[in-house]
Amino acid sequence: MTTSYKVMPGPEHFLPPSASSMGVRLPDPGQAHIHGTIVPEEEAMEQAARQFLSAKVPTIFPGPLVLWAWNEKAAKKAKAIRHLYETIKECVDSKIQQAMLIPMPDYRPKYPKINPEVEINPNHPNLTIWHNKIDACMFVGVHCHQANLSLKIIRGGTSCYTVAMCAQAGHEDAMLSFRDATAEKIDRLADWVKKLKGSVPPPD
Amino acid sequence: MSKERIKIAEELYDIMPPEYQDLVKRATYGNETRGWKDIGTAKELIEEHSLCAGCPESMAFRYILASLPNPEDTVMVGSTGCTSLVFPHVAVHNIHSLFGNQNAIASGLKRALSVRFPDRTKDVVVLAGDGATVDIGLDMTLQAWFRQEKFTTICFDNELYANTGGQESGLMQKGFVAKMAPVGKSFEKVRLPEIARESGCHYVVQCTVSKPNLVEKIIKNAIYVAREIGPTYLQIYTPCILEIGKNSMEGLQEMRDSEKPTERFAFKEFVSEPAKELLAERAAKEKERKAEAKKQLAGQTA
Repeated sequence: MTTSYKVMPGPEHFLPPSASSMGVRLPDPGQAHIHGTIVPEEEAMEQAARQFLSAKVPTIFPGPLVLWAWNEKAAKKAKAIRHLYETIKECVDSKIQQAMLIPMPDYRPKYPKINPEVEINPNHPNLTIWHNKIDACMFVGVHCHQANLSLKIIRGGTSCYTVAMCAQAGHEDAMLSFRDATAEKIDRLADWVKKLKGSVPPPD
Repeated sequence: MSKERIKIAEELYDIMPPEYQDLVKRATYGNETRGWKDIGTAKELIEEHSLCAGCPESMAFRYILASLPNPEDTVMVGSTGCTSLVFPHVAVHNIHSLFGNQNAIASGLKRALSVRFPDRTKDVVVLAGDGATVDIGLDMTLQAWFRQEKFTTICFDNELYANTGGQESGLMQKGFVAKMAPVGKSFEKVRLPEIARESGCHYVVQCTVSKPNLVEKIIKNAIYVAREIGPTYLQIYTPCILEIGKNSMEGLQEMRDSEKPTERFAFKEFVSEPAKELLAERAAKEKERKAEAKKQLAGQTA
């Protein structure tokens, strides 16, 4: 099935359609998608690294699957995520760019509201994005249904570029999505960021 | 989820909000002697709640969550109603079922957990309002008891459908006029504790939440009996202060007034013979444990 629908940075509008309902399909192993177009994984790695390096506030949102050390793999991924964050921080121009690492510790709707400076919540992720003026972000370790919900809300109400580092089959609702995430894959992304350092124009 | 798994990844520890760090450091997971007295000194398993100011249900939630003997291995099943506004804020696994379906969900869940984790104690606790337990879900409630499903059913009885504006429920008292029941209830409050006893529940209590130590005791008893013997039922009065025209400060007094010996929420307890034996055994062990602790303490101070 082919589709003319592109998963682009928003704000699309209130309640955007799910990308899958618009014909966007998921990549096969070894592939990724950029704006809904299936590409080789390395191409997506380069694109994601470019997005981080050209963003004013490149941010990683680790979810419960990696924040909690519930098994050895999760602990390894947490280490890789910290490494990716430190790499982005090192490679951007700290005068005009600010890398962030903001957790999504669980999915409970917080009452009366979340503190957008310290966390993101899948029920209103736009609050954290607006508050910190985040223009590129990566979800990792978030359960699929909560990630889909967040990615759609972000696309609907913000202009943030979304990347999904998914441990399963990927996310149509992200602008760029990897699949089968491992600690090694996250480290490879960090290597791409390092490789492209200095070659990507910084934000205006 | 075992206690060992409630651990934050070392590399990301510093970015976790303090309430989650507290949950790991100061919550009373893995401590069978936990109870309502931990409130104020340990991290509670309820973060914040979205109930009305002064709602007795929030007190009930806090006491119950503080009293679960095995929260890291407990799954709570909720249903539609005010309770469903609170479940998203608690740090105990929970499932929201279809309205009235909670005891059917809990039956399957308990059986699945027994198969999946044969060597671990897994408690299942249903917590629903009177509409879900007695009206819409009565079929599921009774059938679970008939089948002797090993879990605890807790009914937060506020005697009407508070969440939707005050419609009549089976547990409403006769003659009561509510906002959306203007002619008044025409029949008596359903006697569910008696029905529970006759339907095979081994431990049944009716009370209010005015006394936290009593709530702790009945919660623990109900869960221990459900673990070993069969279904248990607790009917707890959590008045909806808004629907009965009270102020935020008057919830506790309302419960005290309603639990007097001649009132409809006078303490009521039914215990089956096997449950009596089990509870006596546990009480003896607890006495021994306390005596031993006292002896050790005396030894240390001598």
